[in-house]
Amino acid sequence: MASTLLSLASATPSASLSFHEINKGKLNLGCINKEKPNPFIKAKSFGRVSMVVASNVSHFEGITMAPPDPILGVSEAFKADDHELKLNLGVGAYRTEELQPYVLDVVKKVNKLLLEKGENLEYLPIEGLAAFNKVTAELLFGADNPVIKQQRVATVQGLSGTGSLRLAAALIERYFPGAKVLISSPTWGNHKNIFNDARVPWSEYRYYDPKTVGLDFEGMIADIKAAPEGSFILLHGCAHNPTGIDPTPEQWGVIADVIQEKNHIPFFDIAYQGFASGSLDTDAASVRMFVARGMEVIAAQSYSKNLGLYAERIGAINVVCSSPEAAARVKSQLKRIARPMYSNPPVHGARIVANIVGDSALFKEWNAEMEMMAGRIKNVRHKLFDSLSSKDKSGKDWSFVLKQIGMFSFTGLNKAQCDNMTNKWHVYMTKDGRISLAGLSLAKCEYLADAIIDSYHNVS
Amino acid sequence: MRPEFTSPSSSSSSSADRRLNALVRHLATASMVSQTAVAFSPTSGFHGDSVFSHVVRAPEDPILGVTVAYNKDPSPVKLNLGVGAYRTEEGKPLVLNVVRKAEQMLLNDKSRVKEYLPIVGIAEFNKLSAKLIFGADSPAIRENRVTTVQCLSGTGSLRVGAEFLARHYHQKTIYIPQPTWGNHPKVFTLAGLSVKTYRYYDPTTRGMNFQGLLEDLGSAPSGSIVLLHACAHNPTGVDPTLQQWEQIRQLMRSKALLPFFDSAYQGFASGNLDEDAQSIRMFVADGGECFVAQSYAKNMGLYGERVGALSVVCRAADVASKVESQLKLVIRPMFSNPPIHGASIVATILKDSNMFNEWTIELKAMADRIISMRKQLFDALRARGTPGDWSHIIKQIGMFTFTGLNSKQVEFMTREYHIYMTSDGRISMAGLSSKTVPHLADAIHAAVTRMS
Repeated sequence: MASTLLSLASATPSASLSFHEINKGKLNLGCINKEKPNPFIKAKSFGRVSMVVASNVSHFEGITMAPPDPILGVSEAFKADDHELKLNLGVGAYRTEELQPYVLDVVKKVNKLLLEKGENLEYLPIEGLAAFNKVTAELLFGADNPVIKQQRVATVQGLSGTGSLRLAAALIERYFPGAKVLISSPTWGNHKNIFNDARVPWSEYRYYDPKTVGLDFEGMIADIKAAPEGSFILLHGCAHNPTGIDPTPEQWGVIADVIQEKNHIPFFDIAYQGFASGSLDTDAASVRMFVARGMEVIAAQSYSKNLGLYAERIGAINVVCSSPEAAARVKSQLKRIARPMYSNPPVHGARIVANIVGDSALFKEWNAEMEMMAGRIKNVRHKLFDSLSSKDKSGKDWSFVLKQIGMFSFTGLNKAQCDNMTNKWHVYMTKDGRISLAGLSLAKCEYLADAIIDSYHNVS
Repeated sequence: MRPEFTSPSSSSSSSADRRLNALVRHLATASMVSQTAVAFSPTSGFHGDSVFSHVVRAPEDPILGVTVAYNKDPSPVKLNLGVGAYRTEEGKPLVLNVVRKAEQMLLNDKSRVKEYLPIVGIAEFNKLSAKLIFGADSPAIRENRVTTVQCLSGTGSLRVGAEFLARHYHQKTIYIPQPTWGNHPKVFTLAGLSVKTYRYYDPTTRGMNFQGLLEDLGSAPSGSIVLLHACAHNPTGVDPTLQQWEQIRQLMRSKALLPFFDSAYQGFASGNLDEDAQSIRMFVADGGECFVAQSYAKNMGLYGERVGALSVVCRAADVASKVESQLKLVIRPMFSNPPIHGASIVATILKDSNMFNEWTIELKAMADRIISMRKQLFDALRARGTPGDWSHIIKQIGMFTFTGLNSKQVEFMTREYHIYMTSDGRISMAGLSSKTVPHLADAIHAAVTRMS
């Protein structure tokens, strides 16, 4: 029947809508199907007006519903829950003790300042705000680092951590075709998506040891050694996400040795500089060690957490090269990748960062607020550890809560246990067992301890 | 020591070359390692070749590169007619009053936070953007057949839409007009689509090659994607008439060609928001599907904030919902979620009827100034007796004029008159003022009479 109607449609004189009717704008073509739309009717006649209407079947009929994002979807599920004891330990966004989002005072100051300055809203260059690029590289490598003085760093403003990683991934795909990126097992859930979409092959190196709830250092070194020469090794600069387990400085040294041996390229993801220990310099030590050895290094930065600028999407991709000339070439190619993706990056977040990091008084204030945020998380870790240790009579060692660093704790809970956390206790977390301590208050530690103990012991 | 890849057109080494490079690197550093127990002192330079040695320097972006060149020129009479950013009569960038107002309101709102937006962006912004482009009473909106996601201005919206199509649509070819905005081809090819062109501009008439357009779209394989400039075609300024749009619509629907509209100038072309959306609304009105990339860079002057939206009009609500879920999978590994500032400004303005009205007035003033520049330039060329028919300057619409000057003439104008423009002869009228029109007219006159 459909095909008869199809031929009927094409045979119908497709008289154009009268020019007059169109111009008057009175044409309300939405009125046509007064009854329930019949998908098999392709053309309708209304007096002298008939139109060729579009195909009755969607071009996208076969598209399936994608599953919700495993991390960002947690907040959506949390919002939908109206239980009074619900707790959102999903996404890594800092909360105050009152579990409210936090806009840093220094950011509020600068927001006001920017409006007073009244700067224009012209396009940034493709590589972003020059003032931002300067301070972001200095922040990461240290202002007096030789690589900066020698102009050996290609820095391009990116859309926070994700966007910066994506630019680097596209550079790898284009200039190192076939090269693999090694990512830790486990790692941030979006890493593999980024490399998949950029068409960069990846494989995993051992990282988390569930038996010790610590670092599987030997496995990590063995896997990095075994990778094809010239692979890219994705390293979390500090506050590993999701485990919270970082290598010690000595271990970092060995990791650097192996990477150098195999002519791998270290690729740092630094999303928590300042947030892990409370000190910007301490948290950059791993990256600076590699750079100090003269290695070429890729480093993606994010200001989402440490400046609370989540929604402003501000970050940077840095490529430390062996010469200023190589850095200039690499920068030009990063621009070539950004232009067909979004042309140039958003100006607002970049101005906020440039104003804060570039002003010594504001910078000091920022440091203080960051220490406060990192301090709150440390306190929460202690309270949670105390609650777990006192409530759990099994003798299980909960000290990993104290040893882990940064926003997250890897509880070691499996998927079924995580489901129990959510379904029975209304505690929202990612299914890999990760909880965001940034979303935990001292007041809720005991409740959380009960939930964890119950899930750990009573669910398998 | 290592082969340098000097071919400018090759952007990636073959895997064989890469393996060769890896070997060379290995051999080079292996010999070094055997010489020394390497002392890496912090002050020492890098030992060995860069892994990026084969990365060639990319040329400057042709459009944005014009401004780079302009900035370097010390001449006091230099004129930047390159990038399409509005300038006042005084030659200054303009931040709309209503935008400043909105920024102040946002600052005063103490409840505002900077938490991650949802992957699809600000819900209110998305709804308002759809209403703006499709019309508040659009049946597609009423029937929930539209999904709208916040993206990074026009470029970002095009890219996300193209990535989606490359993954989910059966036809991987997009037809783009000849000529089109310089960045279009790469947006689509990097997204995974292949690009073909359809005839559009007729250099002899400096108007539309409508016959060529119909022929080329008519011979495109059924289902192909077709890029359409909703209004104020960039770079030519030549738009189809409404009657021609209707013919295009009929042809496309009869061949099930999928329209992908690029709407970067709504309100900027004619000064009227609804008029500039007519082409899109015509397509939506027939019940069919289309993609629309919207930008607020020009019409709200929010260039650097990167505010835009991608809308997909579907046949049915459940399809729209599934499409949205898949768009999120494109966005998440690209930038996770969009920036909040610019979209908040837009939402603030669009939802408040007073501010909306203020905006339309400021928008019309910008459009009117450009129309006035067109008239002044046309009159100036006629007064000089410059050979040729320059009526296209006043017939074309929007920010740009396709002058018809060739690249030699453009080069001449840059060299002798310090006029900066893209080599295809496109000038941004927004960069002109009453004071600078005479200088430009002199330059064009000289170029036409002394260079061919």
